[in-house]
Amino acid sequence: MVTYIIRRLIAAVLMLVVVSIVTFSIFFVIPRLAGVTATDFANRYVGSKGATAETVAHLAEKLGFNDPLTVQYGRWVKGIVAGSEFDTGVSIEHCPAPCLGYSFITKTPVWPELLDRLPVTVSLALGASVIWLVAGVATGVLSALRRGSFFDRAAMGVALAGVSLPIFFTGMISLVYFSYKFGITVPGGTFVSFTESPVQWAYSLILPWITLAFLYAASYARLTRAGMLETMGEDYIRTARAKGLPESRVITKHGLRAALTPIVTIFGMDVGLLLGGAILTETTFSLPGVGRYAVQAISANDLPKIMGVVMLTACFVVVANLIVDLLYAVVDPRVRLG
Amino acid sequence: MTFLELKDLRIHFPTDDGLVKSVDGLSFTLERGKTLGIVGESGSGKSVTSLGVLGLHKGGRAKISGEIWLDGEELVGASAEHVRKLRGKKMAMIFQDPLSAMHPYYTVGNQIIEAYRIHHDVSKKVARKHAIDMLARVGIPQPDRRVDSYPHEFSGGMRQRAMIAMALCCDPELLIADEPTTALDVTVQAQILDLMRDLQRDFNAALIIITHDLGVVAELSDDILVMYGGKCIEYGSAEDIFERPEHPYTWGLLGSMPRLDREPTERLLPIKGSPPSLINVPSGCAFHPRCPYAERTAGRSETEVPELLETAGGHRVRCHLPGERRRAIWEKEVMPNLEGTS
Repeated sequence: MVTYIIRRLIAAVLMLVVVSIVTFSIFFVIPRLAGVTATDFANRYVGSKGATAETVAHLAEKLGFNDPLTVQYGRWVKGIVAGSEFDTGVSIEHCPAPCLGYSFITKTPVWPELLDRLPVTVSLALGASVIWLVAGVATGVLSALRRGSFFDRAAMGVALAGVSLPIFFTGMISLVYFSYKFGITVPGGTFVSFTESPVQWAYSLILPWITLAFLYAASYARLTRAGMLETMGEDYIRTARAKGLPESRVITKHGLRAALTPIVTIFGMDVGLLLGGAILTETTFSLPGVGRYAVQAISANDLPKIMGVVMLTACFVVVANLIVDLLYAVVDPRVRLG
Repeated sequence: MTFLELKDLRIHFPTDDGLVKSVDGLSFTLERGKTLGIVGESGSGKSVTSLGVLGLHKGGRAKISGEIWLDGEELVGASAEHVRKLRGKKMAMIFQDPLSAMHPYYTVGNQIIEAYRIHHDVSKKVARKHAIDMLARVGIPQPDRRVDSYPHEFSGGMRQRAMIAMALCCDPELLIADEPTTALDVTVQAQILDLMRDLQRDFNAALIIITHDLGVVAELSDDILVMYGGKCIEYGSAEDIFERPEHPYTWGLLGSMPRLDREPTERLLPIKGSPPSLINVPSGCAFHPRCPYAERTAGRSETEVPELLETAGGHRVRCHLPGERRRAIWEKEVMPNLEGTS
């Protein structure tokens, strides 16, 4: 078990290195291959409109866009680990570690801004994930146990709708009805932090939670149903019944336990990805989270911010993967061998 | 009073293609301490019968009729909850493939403890002690350590031993073994059969062995029931079946069994054709399309379902051929071929 954990940890660290190389390549190597020059970079990053060609070239030199790509990558990684300074020629901008980038457009380092927005995204992702996990798995199990019944057909019909309907549709509809027509929930753009008032926090997020959870619960219900149907046909279920176990115990201890294993994997990945920003949900409900930050950065063509969000999301996914791998070994003893 | 008695048991499954008559009018009796071997090809209804006795078809789609009497209690009409309480305690089952029949996520000990504690109100500690005793009893070395192993950490033979320990942990009076050695190596098969014979003697349980392997039933059985197309076609003592078999299908089974006393160059004699469909069972005698002697019944085998009739001393056969004809065929045509001409 210990060697398994160590192996997974090493794999996760290696994965992060690969992720950083890929991210760096997307933002620096590929444009370079496509013919973008160092001065283009300087123009793009600093946005020096109307500056003379000479100034821009000088700036490109100062910011290191002329250096070999490996040196630039090294400097970028060093910034993440130890922080870095950007000499714009006019001033020296300080970016403390972990420096995921410095936005010359808003003249701010990216990381503190991300930190500001993380609570919103984390609240949204965690709250929604609890709802969809419970609702999705419960629906899936009931559907599987009553296969072909009215409940099963209705649930699977709703699930199909849930999988097919995009958030900007379900979100808008629910905002129109629940917030504006009935006034049950708060209008979009409201967020109260947990530390301020847990009740208000939950109240402000309930609609985004349900909207987001609906989408995921639908696919989890389908997955759980399929897994449960398969598991309940296994020989060990017949053995459990032959031992004289009550059916409720057969379903929970023997059936559900095995059916949940693949769900754990997908759950970890989904939550990891969402922590990097629920772009559609945050945009629809005007929540100031990482996803909305990314959208704004994309509209403003603010590359360091976009790169920062990409790195953050990638880290969440890698960490989520690590947790899933470790959990898997706890859930399924056969994994510990491999 | 008979310990186990099946009276005209029928287990039918309605499907989109028609009614599957998996078991169609099966009757037999079994006493404590005795062993019954049920033999037949795949799909002859052997396993469905055993699951039916355990009440595992209850609540499903199966239509069950007839009677199952276990120690004075009728089980077909009993409530599912009542039969559940008997399962594991009064009657237990050993399955074919112990790897898939044990839950991969729980230790062997956990699964035995669970089986024991459903029927006995004891602490985990006591149950664990009992589980270790049971593992020792079925010949698992270092049972106090192996109790915490997972099924995948056991070898095939050890897993089947653990399965047997689990089935026997509540001291059942009826033990049903469904192809207990089919998934095992030949060398391990003999060990498991020996173990089952010893344990049956110790526990004085009634044992039903379900198999397609006549060698297995020859080792263990007192009585043998041959099934074909959901019906019993021959029933008798092991001696009757091996020395004086009367049904052409039984002859076929004996002929297709590899034997050491036969010339190695001789070919096995397979039964031609394939097992009958249980939805469109052949008219008359279900075996007639494959029976080499069907034409000697003057067409009756195609139109009339033969009765299961007693020939001598509890030996019963379902065949249209007259008794003396059958014995003549067996002695003159079949037996010489089986024993080799050398």
